[in-house]
Amino acid sequence: MTAIANRYEFVLLFDVNNGNPNGDPDAGNLPRLDPETNQGLVTDVCLKRKIRNYVALEKEKDAGYAIYMQEKSVLNNQHKKAYDALEIKSEPKKLPKEAEKARAVTEWMCKNFFDVRTFGAVMTTEVNSGQVRGPVQMAFASSIDPVVPMEVSITRMAVTNERDLEKERTMGRKHIIPYGLYRAHGYVSAKLAERTGFSEDDLALLWRALVNMFEHDRSAARGEMSARKLIVFRHDHPMGNAPAHILFDSVKVERVEGETDTPARHYSDYRVAIDAESLPAGVSVIEHL
Amino acid sequence: MAFGIRLHIWGERACFTRPELKTERFSYDVITPSAARGILEAIYWKPAIRWCVDRIHVLKPIRFESLRRNEVAGKLSERTVTKAMKEGRVDEVAYFVDQNRQQRAATILRDVGYVIEAHFEFTSRADDIDTPGKHLDIFNRRARQGQCFHTPCLGTREFPANFTLVESDEAMPFVDDQLSGERDLGFMLHDIDFADGKVPRFFRATMRDGVIEVPPFEEALA
Repeated sequence: MTAIANRYEFVLLFDVNNGNPNGDPDAGNLPRLDPETNQGLVTDVCLKRKIRNYVALEKEKDAGYAIYMQEKSVLNNQHKKAYDALEIKSEPKKLPKEAEKARAVTEWMCKNFFDVRTFGAVMTTEVNSGQVRGPVQMAFASSIDPVVPMEVSITRMAVTNERDLEKERTMGRKHIIPYGLYRAHGYVSAKLAERTGFSEDDLALLWRALVNMFEHDRSAARGEMSARKLIVFRHDHPMGNAPAHILFDSVKVERVEGETDTPARHYSDYRVAIDAESLPAGVSVIEHL
Repeated sequence: MAFGIRLHIWGERACFTRPELKTERFSYDVITPSAARGILEAIYWKPAIRWCVDRIHVLKPIRFESLRRNEVAGKLSERTVTKAMKEGRVDEVAYFVDQNRQQRAATILRDVGYVIEAHFEFTSRADDIDTPGKHLDIFNRRARQGQCFHTPCLGTREFPANFTLVESDEAMPFVDDQLSGERDLGFMLHDIDFADGKVPRFFRATMRDGVIEVPPFEEALA
């Protein structure tokens, strides 16, 4: 696998309709909020989880696309463990040179696991090179406008315990955001890709995952989430041709005219503009959605 | 000091974790010299040189925010991988996040901006072709054009750093009024001595009108 030879940055716009994109464990699973601006937040790890889940679904049986950080629902390995338990193998005690061995271990992990190759992983405690820094880095996504989470009370026509039988039903709570358009920024380093073998195919898969990840993450809590736009900046030079913040600044997301004092409820309430003309030389824009 | 550079860095969030408060991460008030060095190295580094941070200019008021996330509890052991390599299969190498979950809070910095003043020294791996001008030019060229080896970050990778070179004849960016006066920031991590078994070294950080003088690494307390 030859690694990618270009640096990339990307802007992902996704929205949520009557759902909770990312709950805050500190606030009773309310949608995450920036306390200073009331903008909604979605953490980097939340989005990475969805990328992993998408890749696990698309590449279920393909070699080289295993996912190391798994959610239980995606796997069927538990059964296999039983078979393996029957084979008793003793570990030979031969130890090759430490550094060499560590490198081999790391390389093998990168080759076989998509998420290690992409995001990196901390493996093995003592051996120094057991840490992989992946080429893909994401920042927190935040909503364009402040969001107002709503608490919705719901009822269930059944009870869990027999002793509650006379209550007949239980009440529950859902926290939703009526509408929020979120913007996430990401970075792909060609030089780190070289070290993990993150290839053009992997990159294409990453874009596919970003575009489609919400399509396979439906649940009662999420509401309707969808990727709305994926704007990719491709640098000709592996080290990059322009500062990332300048590229990000060229993507403007604004409310359509005359609507700024009404709450946004749909993607069409926003206008996305890319100032393609003022882009620095050596940078091209690719829109995947 | 002849080969000094000034780099303006900023970002929305940052976490320069205090080593004594690591499980539930708590950030230092300002960037550490060690994190500043990491940012310089993300832009340009070669084994022939070593970056030394001389001064840190704090540009924005120090503000905190708390954040709790679901994190994993363990690391992958080497033995699991070696075994899987031998057997040529991957299905046992897995980490089940929902069975090994830890919720951890982090107290992080909001809306930060710094100017790092630094220079480089040659290491024992430098040879004849390593002239100061060469390395300085490469760094300046990259920083000016926004080029980097990998995106530098403000402590942890989810908080990317924006950067721009402050040219030698250019004025310093504006320092917020709230930072005027003297403030003792206590003992702060200077850097880690990788040559000596990863011993951390500390220094007493004092901020005067937003400026922290960083002592040479050798003078920092082990």
